[in-house]
Amino acid sequence: MGVITEFIKGLRVTGGTMLRTIFGDELVTIEYPKEMRQKPQRFHGRHVLNRYPDGMEKCIGCELCAGVCPAKCIFVRGMDNDPEDPTSPGERFGFVYEINMLRCIFCALCVEACPTEAITMTHLFEMSTTNREDAIYTRETLLMDEKGEVPHMFPDDELADMDELAVADGWVRATAPSGLTSYQGVRMWQGTPGPGDWDPEPDQEQIDAVSPTEVDDG
Amino acid sequence: MSWPEFGIVVLRVVVTFVLLLVVTLINVWAERKIVADMQSRIGPSRAGPWGILQTLADGLKLFFKESVIPRKVELGMYLLAPFLAIIPAFLIFMMVPWGKPFMIGDHEVALQGADLNIGLLFILAMSSMAVYAVVLAGWSSGSKYPLIGGVRATAQAISYEAAMGLAMVAVVIFTATQGEGGTLSLAEIVERQTGTWADVSPILSFIPRWNVFPQFAAFVIFVVAIVAETNRAPFDLVEAEQELVGGFHTEYSGMRFAMFFLAEYINIFSMSAIAATLFLGGWAGPTFETFLPGFISALLPTVYFLIKTYAIVFIFFWLRATLPRLRYDQLMTLGWKRLIPAALAWLVVSTVAIGFRQFGPPWS
Repeated sequence: MGVITEFIKGLRVTGGTMLRTIFGDELVTIEYPKEMRQKPQRFHGRHVLNRYPDGMEKCIGCELCAGVCPAKCIFVRGMDNDPEDPTSPGERFGFVYEINMLRCIFCALCVEACPTEAITMTHLFEMSTTNREDAIYTRETLLMDEKGEVPHMFPDDELADMDELAVADGWVRATAPSGLTSYQGVRMWQGTPGPGDWDPEPDQEQIDAVSPTEVDDG
Repeated sequence: MSWPEFGIVVLRVVVTFVLLLVVTLINVWAERKIVADMQSRIGPSRAGPWGILQTLADGLKLFFKESVIPRKVELGMYLLAPFLAIIPAFLIFMMVPWGKPFMIGDHEVALQGADLNIGLLFILAMSSMAVYAVVLAGWSSGSKYPLIGGVRATAQAISYEAAMGLAMVAVVIFTATQGEGGTLSLAEIVERQTGTWADVSPILSFIPRWNVFPQFAAFVIFVVAIVAETNRAPFDLVEAEQELVGGFHTEYSGMRFAMFFLAEYINIFSMSAIAATLFLGGWAGPTFETFLPGFISALLPTVYFLIKTYAIVFIFFWLRATLPRLRYDQLMTLGWKRLIPAALAWLVVSTVAIGFRQFGPPWS
């Protein structure tokens, strides 16, 4: 009789699963393009090059990201800023910035290495292309415009949710948004890219998002 | 035979044929959907609402695919085998009454392909014929896996047909006590299951007069046997993917493969229909003729028939999602050492009980 009780036990498992799938919440499949899965905050999607709120580029062309990249997919060449009309607050800026998305392993080591939070990651991952050239993202594609809007290679892509480009993964702030050195080494999570609203620092009520060039450090 | 009668015969055969094709299309979809639900998946959802046109899309795809003929096949038998599979499958369902007979003018229209007076024997013969298709397909393919599948099919069909036939005999003997003399006609067997058990005892007056209540053991044996007879999981050794690639249809492709596939699902439905007819009263059920419009109460028996049949078809799908495949020796043990002795014992018990009821105890 052991066989029959085991048989009924098995039938109860499949029958119960069927009822819970139809009427309950047992269903695990998400029909992807129709409904998007809620991504974790620190999801590693495509990269974005950020700007300061005043429109200055954050990238200083130091090539630390290219150096740390384990897949060797980042290519950066810096160039001296024009003193009259600087592109970035530092001496140099990223003149050439290319990421080969076919090689990238989305480890976010570049984000960790960046001393100025110039490169961060977003939640967008729909990046398929029909040829290899399109998979190499250049400065034009990566850099956000002055309003903080990030361009996409294929703006008509119906699968891509463009709002995800405005969602940054939670990156550790390397420097305080105010530029104050006293906050160096203090861990602060930043959930927005570039010129978005920044969380106040530990002993501040609210801060004005400003470029470090305008801050009197000290 | 007059012209109107001839027209009615042609019409009912065509309608039965179309009904069978439509329910088969739905069956393939329903199986994928139900098994998907049992595994927390969605199943086909793209073609048509809820993916209901999936089978049609698959069929069209197979129709346009190349039918590869391997070099080493026995060509005649290889080409004949798919037809040998599908024709008995159609013929079995022609015996099943799928609705209550009604009158057009003075002609009676039976909703049934053909009402043979040897209906049950014909079904047994045709279900044995279907095995030839599998054996010949396996042999003529000229390949080792189909051959093993074909040999297994022979052994399996012989083992389980005996149990199936014995379960049927118990029902036929019981049915003989329910009316004037014995019958093998399925229409007559259904007719004798209409009404309730009120004449046996007034307490039972709300229980329908289905054979499943007095013949429950035969019902269980019959259901197990038809699952094995149609080569479905857990008895699908004939086409065991993990061991035999595709079994007997390994070397078939395109439309010829589709015919084997279709035959399997037609067999599931017609075998379930026979189980529903023999044990669950076929189309029998309340029709509420007094207060429902005529055409609804004429359609209701067909609805009852489909509900009962699908209840048994659901058991097929449920078993498939639940049980792992039996080992070959387990298959033979279950067939010869469990089902056939059980069917024989039940036949004796049931016949003796019927004898007591009919003629009283032998010592009186």
